[in-house]
Amino acid sequence: MRAFAELLDRLVLTPSRNRKLQLMVDYFRAAPDPDRGLALAALIGDLDFPAVKPALLRALMSERMDPVLFGYSYDYVGDLAETISLVWPTGDDGAGTELRLADVAARLMAVSRSDAGKVLTDLLDHSAASERFAILKLVTGTLRIGVSARLAKQALADFGSKPVNEIEELWHGLHAPYADLFAWLEGTADKPVPQAQALFRPVMLSTPMGDTDHTKLEPSDYAAEWKWDGIRVQVVANNGTYRMYSRTGDDISGSFPDLMQAVTFDGVIDGELLVGDPQGRTATFSDLQQRLNRKSVSPKVQAEFPVFVRVYDILQRGEEDLRGLTFVERRKHLKAFVSTLDPARFDVSRFVSFDSWAQLDEMRKHPPHPIIEGVMVKRWDSTYVPGRPKGPWFKWKRDPYTVDAVLMYAQRGHGKRSSFYSDYTFGVWSGPEDAPELVPVGKAYFGFTDEELKQIDKFVRDNTIDRFGPVRSVRADRTTGLVFEVAFEGLNRSTRHKSGVAMRFPRINRLRWDKPTAEADRIETLQSMLDA
Amino acid sequence: MRGQDLLHPRPEGLYCPPGDFFIDPVRPVARALITHGHADHARPGNTAVLATQQTLDIMAIRYGATFAQSSQAAEWGKPISFGDCTVTFHPAGHVLGSAQIAVECGGLRIVASGDYKRRHDPSCQAFELVPCDIFITEATFGLPVFRHPDSKAEVAKLLRSVSQFPDRTHMVGAYALGKAQRVIKELRDAGYDRPIFIHGALQKLCDYYQTQGIDLGELKPATLEKGAKTDFAGAIVVGTPSSFADRWARRFADPVAAFASGWMQVRQRARQRGVELPLIISDHCDWDELCDTIDEVGAGEIWVTHGREEALVRYCELKQLRAQPLHLVGYEDESE
Ligand SMILES: [Zn+2]
Ligand SMILES: [Zn+2]
Repeated sequence: MRAFAELLDRLVLTPSRNRKLQLMVDYFRAAPDPDRGLALAALIGDLDFPAVKPALLRALMSERMDPVLFGYSYDYVGDLAETISLVWPTGDDGAGTELRLADVAARLMAVSRSDAGKVLTDLLDHSAASERFAILKLVTGTLRIGVSARLAKQALADFGSKPVNEIEELWHGLHAPYADLFAWLEGTADKPVPQAQALFRPVMLSTPMGDTDHTKLEPSDYAAEWKWDGIRVQVVANNGTYRMYSRTGDDISGSFPDLMQAVTFDGVIDGELLVGDPQGRTATFSDLQQRLNRKSVSPKVQAEFPVFVRVYDILQRGEEDLRGLTFVERRKHLKAFVSTLDPARFDVSRFVSFDSWAQLDEMRKHPPHPIIEGVMVKRWDSTYVPGRPKGPWFKWKRDPYTVDAVLMYAQRGHGKRSSFYSDYTFGVWSGPEDAPELVPVGKAYFGFTDEELKQIDKFVRDNTIDRFGPVRSVRADRTTGLVFEVAFEGLNRSTRHKSGVAMRFPRINRLRWDKPTAEADRIETLQSMLDA
Repeated sequence: MRGQDLLHPRPEGLYCPPGDFFIDPVRPVARALITHGHADHARPGNTAVLATQQTLDIMAIRYGATFAQSSQAAEWGKPISFGDCTVTFHPAGHVLGSAQIAVECGGLRIVASGDYKRRHDPSCQAFELVPCDIFITEATFGLPVFRHPDSKAEVAKLLRSVSQFPDRTHMVGAYALGKAQRVIKELRDAGYDRPIFIHGALQKLCDYYQTQGIDLGELKPATLEKGAKTDFAGAIVVGTPSSFADRWARRFADPVAAFASGWMQVRQRARQRGVELPLIISDHCDWDELCDTIDEVGAGEIWVTHGREEALVRYCELKQLRAQPLHLVGYEDESE
């Protein structure tokens, strides 16, 4: 636990990407299994201890310390977990046998809600301040150490001298504490063979098209297709196992039995999940939301909101991995492949032909269908590369003035909304790619239905990490949080805001429960709008 | 005699009417008793100064031989009379030569402890507990969040980082009097025997510590020739915190900014200062030691000054001890 605690402390304060990598690599080299694997899971936000809530921490403190003294302390430090780690009364302060991360994690994972206080107390009693900090940050799920999953995987790659994409590829078949992965990276075992069938393949992502980016590009090198406003899915069918994944690799097959029935092929395809009928109407995103996050789907809902996949790529056909082929080659395979599938459930995303960027820009701004949010621009010769390589794929959205931002703070509303948290401060990512931090960019209230307001209110209450008067600070990191699509009418430079920009008339356009926080926009996206 | 008749705050500092002297005055006075050599306690321009020999030496190093018109050295534990009262100097464990001053008159004894600490420090005399009726305690780290870890572990952390990043210069910020010498001495005690490089502002005080029997090992000036960045790769450079903001500091090889201070306990403080490697090494008591001292010294009344008075006053209230903040002006809250 000591080494892990020190790693956390150093990662937080080390600005350089390469030095962060070195800290992680050295830790992986020195720490035993399964500690290092659990540390890895913790760094990327994959360890969850649901039995411990902030209220429990406060209760434990109130049994141990004068509330006035605790109040002075909390005011000074400003972070609940850190305050408790510092003031926790303990005799031995780390003397005696050292706790192991593996034991700490095992005990916290197994504990029931009613025993959580006892177990946590015992752990805190037997650790020093920086270990207490690590434990409390783990249980509150707010590490915020500026390490993305990608950076952690890069550290693994450096540790084992392997290409990072090879690790990405394996990733979804692996589980904490990753002993097989470490053994392979250390050269003491073969590369792990994923046991599970129909594994998720890491997806290729696009970068936003900046206002002048296209001027440097040759139109004939690129294909364009409409960007439909659904959710991106990957349908995987191998050896009789069928799965549909969200782009982060969550298995969402269970919500779509109707669609899964039509998955009769062997292969891996990439496309947009939409409500409607490929030959007829395509319904709105809010119709699609009727189908998301449902444990069971009634026949009525299935009939009212039928889903289909508008396919734009194929990664595997039968046994053949197509990702090394160019986009134009893959699309030939795709056309032939989809022609054998149920036309009510699958169709191929159509190309938009264009001769100049000006022409495409015009079409992008006036799409033929309201559910189109812009165009995707892809190099004809691009191979399928996991991650977000710069250059081969761009998204060019219709409305330049929307961004995806992450909810950071919520405040009670006024008037009839005073019982709900209905005023929101949201932020976008800034800082180095691999150590991003959220920076607030605006504040707005939500103008949608009461039902949605209730859902957000619940999210805020369940994810509160701190309170200042009427304001709650909400959990918002690379893995957890709520994404808003924020629309606004313009952008000004601002020296008053830390972000350097101020939005004019921001409003929350849409809730993106489906969108991972890590994929919210970056401050550079806003800055490029400023320059326009 | 009541406490405030023996000692009370005046704009110049803490004044003793029966003895007609001030303790650690912030403005020049006729007679000053100085607890220790830190600049906020020891100032030049007083007419007569009484302090330990080491504090007098340190004042002479900092301000020149003319820091006062006359000076007198106080010996540990030996009473000196001023009018009706006597004063005695006892080690405070804060920096070399630092003293608590016990003031006694008409059967009442007040101990003005100045800055003090209870931890072992190889670079100065150990704190001595002086029983008294009224104890004046500092409160620099007077909040329950300040609980300094073992300084040996902090030094070990520094040495681990030096071996983990052998191509980088470890720049340790430490105040010129006391902290710098202590960090160096602790490094030596941990077995680090390579030369340690010091900023020019530390030279005289380090030399002085060496003459007082504190062996700091081989110290070299941290002066850079042009274009010789790699010279200090893997080295430890100790400088004053302010020097690290200078251009001087930017010339070292990919520096790791370390800072030895009790404030480093709170991560946000480290972050605000751009510190990459916080070393929680303090010249002052932490919360537990402040509380223990209050418990052990046996005083019926506690005056709290110099920092976060409210929490310690609250602690005394919970212990049913009389306590009050003593509002003295001119002492820096931030420094140590
Ligand atoms: Zn001092
Ligand atoms: Zn002081």
